[in-house]
Amino acid sequence: MFIENISLSRRQFLNGILSTGAFVVASRLVPEGLHAQSSAAIFNTKADTAALHPSVYLGIEPDGTVFIVTHRSEMGTGIRTSLPLVAADELDADWSKCRIEQGVGDTRYGDQNTDGSRSIRDFYDAFRVAGASAKSMLITAAASQWGLPAAEITVANHEVVHAKSGKKAGLGTFVAAAAKLPVPTKDALKFKSKDQWKFVGKERQIYDLNDIATGKAEFGLDVYRDGMVYASVEHPPVVGGTVKSLDDKAALAVKGVSQTVTIDAPKPPLLFQSLGGVAVIGNNTWATMQGRKQLKVEWNDGPHANYTTASFKTAMLEKVKQPAKVARSLGNVDAEFGKGGKIIEAVYYTPMAAHAAMEPPAAVADFRNGKVDVWCPTQNPQAVQDTVSAAVGVDKKNVICHVTLLGGGFGRKSKPDYAAEAAILSKKLGKPVKVVWTREDDIHHDFYHTTAAVYHKASVDAKGKPTAWLQRSVFPPIGSTFGAPAPLGFELDMGLDDTLYDVANIRAENAGMDAHVRIGWFRAVTNNFHAFAAHSFADEMAHAANRDTLEFLLDAIGPGKIIDLKAQGVDYSNYGADIAKYPVDSRRLRRVLEVAGEKSNWGKKKPGNGWGIGIAAHRSFNTYVASVVEVEVDAQGRVRIPRIDQVADPGVVINPDRVRSQFEGAAVMGAGLAMYGEITATSGRIDQRNFDGFRVARMNDAPVQVNVHFVESGNLPTGVGEPGLPPVIAALANAIYSATGKRIREMPFSKTKLV
Amino acid sequence: MVKLTVNGKARQFDGDSDMPLLWYLRDDLRLTGTRFGCGAGLCGACTVHVNGQAVRSCQTKMSTLESKTVLTIDALGGANGQLHPVQRAWIAHNVPQCGYCQSGQMMSAAALLKSTANPTDADIDRAMAGNICRCGTYQRIRAAIHTAAKERA
Repeated sequence: MFIENISLSRRQFLNGILSTGAFVVASRLVPEGLHAQSSAAIFNTKADTAALHPSVYLGIEPDGTVFIVTHRSEMGTGIRTSLPLVAADELDADWSKCRIEQGVGDTRYGDQNTDGSRSIRDFYDAFRVAGASAKSMLITAAASQWGLPAAEITVANHEVVHAKSGKKAGLGTFVAAAAKLPVPTKDALKFKSKDQWKFVGKERQIYDLNDIATGKAEFGLDVYRDGMVYASVEHPPVVGGTVKSLDDKAALAVKGVSQTVTIDAPKPPLLFQSLGGVAVIGNNTWATMQGRKQLKVEWNDGPHANYTTASFKTAMLEKVKQPAKVARSLGNVDAEFGKGGKIIEAVYYTPMAAHAAMEPPAAVADFRNGKVDVWCPTQNPQAVQDTVSAAVGVDKKNVICHVTLLGGGFGRKSKPDYAAEAAILSKKLGKPVKVVWTREDDIHHDFYHTTAAVYHKASVDAKGKPTAWLQRSVFPPIGSTFGAPAPLGFELDMGLDDTLYDVANIRAENAGMDAHVRIGWFRAVTNNFHAFAAHSFADEMAHAANRDTLEFLLDAIGPGKIIDLKAQGVDYSNYGADIAKYPVDSRRLRRVLEVAGEKSNWGKKKPGNGWGIGIAAHRSFNTYVASVVEVEVDAQGRVRIPRIDQVADPGVVINPDRVRSQFEGAAVMGAGLAMYGEITATSGRIDQRNFDGFRVARMNDAPVQVNVHFVESGNLPTGVGEPGLPPVIAALANAIYSATGKRIREMPFSKTKLV
Repeated sequence: MVKLTVNGKARQFDGDSDMPLLWYLRDDLRLTGTRFGCGAGLCGACTVHVNGQAVRSCQTKMSTLESKTVLTIDALGGANGQLHPVQRAWIAHNVPQCGYCQSGQMMSAAALLKSTANPTDADIDRAMAGNICRCGTYQRIRAAIHTAAKERA
């Protein structure tokens, strides 16, 4: 009935790491008992204690107030509004009478790791069930009270209505009676048809909009507790480093600083543990930051002090030329290469990048009587429970993770090392502690978007179409942070072993590199460099054949079909989704490209005089996206991006404005990452410290206009947070080529002189 | 001792006079609408008005604020919950995604409209370049500033 998933994906991978130490576990995504008793709850919501509570996600009081719990984290996607809208729509509630609550970390909600662009995909159904269950119970209660057939009773705008007799009453009227009824099974529920939807597919302001506009919205940094002290932590400059000696005299002399506390270095694997170091404790944030500057710490750097990205890049570019482990094989690539036809080759490189969410990591923890309350901006409150549980030695059930709004996440806030620090310090000090990371801490101690090298080789026919396609990537993998040195399947299933180009002979290969920093997942993950390389390469093939890129791409995709990757040796994780319900369908990729051509006026204007246009299309997170980027390159070689068109097929769209905003934002972040995003290291130390060194897009260099278009396919809803990013990077490189004739195969693009 | 006015209230500060206004607002006054983003004047998340000028509160020492008037996002609208035209425009355009940087964005925008009643796109880009939005809401910010300018006109 509910989705049960046994394939390896990021969340199961981490569940496995944290709970059993294994890499593959079967975990139930949505809990079977959606109306779980509140007695089993870690923290009771108003939905739990409401008179009628047919679901962990929903409760209704006799006054008609509907409480809807969002268990996924709000970091800007609008999910805190969109999932409740789904439930409210099924219930036919009045939105103004619905109150949203944020769920604490608790497995009774099912998976809470808000990453992988799958909150709607995985919980759309569960929230429909929550709304429809409540409605069914209220109708049954009304039928019994009125002595009328349930089939003739409906709910409309928060009222139970019997149209024939004209009887009507507010939803709350039947709450007490409905609460005595059994919760219906999903099979017994009637769901609304698409034409009956009131909220789904319609524009809706996010629930927190007024609070954000007035500064009242509460982020993790805004949590203050009575009796709280503040902490700022000096972490080892090299990952795995330990304190050799500490002189804190000058730090303690800073007004407002009370003491220092050494946090133990983590034992490998690093997981989400605190990096360790020296915490300066004080009575305000500023004092602790000043105290830190006065610390004299000598460090043992450990095994990663020789990590320098310049030489690492050289090694990676060597390695990517060597044959590696085969991830996908179709036909015979080598035989085709041996036929003596035209060969095209290229190597692409991308550096590390930082997430740099606007709100730096921060957490408040209050350890008392064997229980820990933690308030923090986290994408994954259950990982907070696991990590804090391990850090301070209490049962996971005794870790109550209160999730605030997140000032951005992008993957960084799935990793709660900062929450572990607050809990460790609160336990040691016996009072609530607030840990605030500086921007320098954030840039210097991230779980970085990994660096990569990608090699492409193709043989092409007389029309320039590939007859054999070899794609190989090399990178330090995410698993390295968790004790697994080689890249895992899900990292390859993001643009390496799932190309949708229709080529008779395909081989995908991959090899790992040793990691010397913590590697994590960043918005769109490995898709970013795999897509940059593959779709730049496609543009290179088109130009080599002197063909229009859009026409070439449509030819290379062909009429389209469902691609059976399993038959080609790929154990495809498909972003954790059932491949039967969410197949790899190149017809949908073709369609977004066709629409992108129309919407962007592709081909109408000839490139020249510094103006150029580029296109790319990519499937990620089960969603199909085409991006068209226009650039203007001035006489100094400066790149301006006047326009980007994003065409997406994400299936059913819940809140169109928020989906558009995700694709607008992804275009800005993708363009910024491509142009400027670079983290480097020297002797194990990260060279960048703040927004001066790690550049991100600003108003004056971001794409000026981003137009978002949807292809209505009527398919199941799929990801929107991440898939808008990967195709933008390649389309931008292709646009720069179109404008200047310079092929950029390396990020950040700003390093390539264009004049 | 520093005497200043914050959001219309007279205040006295007798702590470390090197402390930036940002941390006084947040930790002492609990006016948390002013956000910490970089601590180096690079991102604009902490923007407030001092005597009507937009400043980065993380770079403004308390010692410089004697007899000054500070306005934060918490009081940008009037009393009784009215909203400033910039706040109304932000809502109308659904500008925020995560929302974290938007206090600073709105304070910068409000200051811009005081000095330039009808800004061009170029004026806006120049005035707002110091405010980073990692979610990438820039085009809606630009549109919202134009809307707010029209409303004020």
